[in-house]
Amino acid sequence: MRPSLGGLFLRFCGFSLMAVGGANALIPELHRQVVDVSQWMSSTEFASLFALAQAAPGPNMLITSLIGWKVAGIPGALVCTLGMCLPSSTLAVAAGRLWDRYRESVWRRALERGLAPLTLGLVLGAGCHLARAAGGGWRGTLVVAASAGLAWRSRWNPLLWLAGAALLGATGLLS
Amino acid sequence: MGISGFGGVMPHSRRVLVDRRRWLTDRQFTELLSLGQTLPGPNAVNMAAILGDRFQGWPGAVIAVFALVSAPLAVVLMLAQAYAHLVHSVPLARALTGVAAAAAGLILATGGRLALRMDREAWSWSLLVLTFLAVFVGRLPLLWVLLVLGPIGLGLGWLSVRREDRASRPEVAP
Repeated sequence: MRPSLGGLFLRFCGFSLMAVGGANALIPELHRQVVDVSQWMSSTEFASLFALAQAAPGPNMLITSLIGWKVAGIPGALVCTLGMCLPSSTLAVAAGRLWDRYRESVWRRALERGLAPLTLGLVLGAGCHLARAAGGGWRGTLVVAASAGLAWRSRWNPLLWLAGAALLGATGLLS
Repeated sequence: MGISGFGGVMPHSRRVLVDRRRWLTDRQFTELLSLGQTLPGPNAVNMAAILGDRFQGWPGAVIAVFALVSAPLAVVLMLAQAYAHLVHSVPLARALTGVAAAAAGLILATGGRLALRMDREAWSWSLLVLTFLAVFVGRLPLLWVLLVLGPIGLGLGWLSVRREDRASRPEVAP
């Protein structure tokens, strides 16, 4: 079922506040809601949209804009982007104003230290979800591993091997 | 800044804000970064909101966020429209498979690197593994995961900070 724009907005407002540690930490939940629960697209389509968002310049939250676009066109993209930015930015402005007072507070440091493992668990979960969604069999897995290795070791611009992977894929080696 | 950041805007924004414009010192940038990452929501957008607010109040925050997001949004939507026209093209679908796999590897490397830099304490590793299992294997709703593991993480983080403070405080002779 196609959701209303208002419904989309509210849903992404919720996502905005659940994205502990950034947009990538949200990928597992986005995948679950969009593919498994609402069935707005297949897992492969989700991976393609993520690939598009990654290939474009800009903050990595663009995947949420593309989900909105897929579900409800350009208005959907705008509504989802706004929903994704508004609540968290409001909170950020409030936190920024309080920052000086609580800079050394034990609770602020506890929050930072205590939530880091959650964020990283979510980000690694995101990577595994995307690796599975991308498909391509064992050759696909090889590309995932090679890209991770390059990102780990080299200081090249990732665009370089993203383009390489695109070429490799286009030749049909991964299907 | 939005449009010139491929694969995330952070490295570029640091160059502009600290090195070129000198709107922030290195230390201020690091603090802003850690605040933006601790808060929920897209990190770069959070940072833009805080910075805009600091310089020009809430209108500054609105303008900074809008400016950061609008141009990349326009570009990605143009790409999306092109993709919609070519969606049945086999080479494009195959190319995207390649990019998606590489992008997944990129995220895994980012997460892995940060995980290795995390404090090597048993509780933080257990929490990381639990979170991973919950969302990847269990496919549990994120809200539940956050409501259960979030307070646990906060509590354990608090204990760990306390322990560290006590250890670093100079001993007072009895």
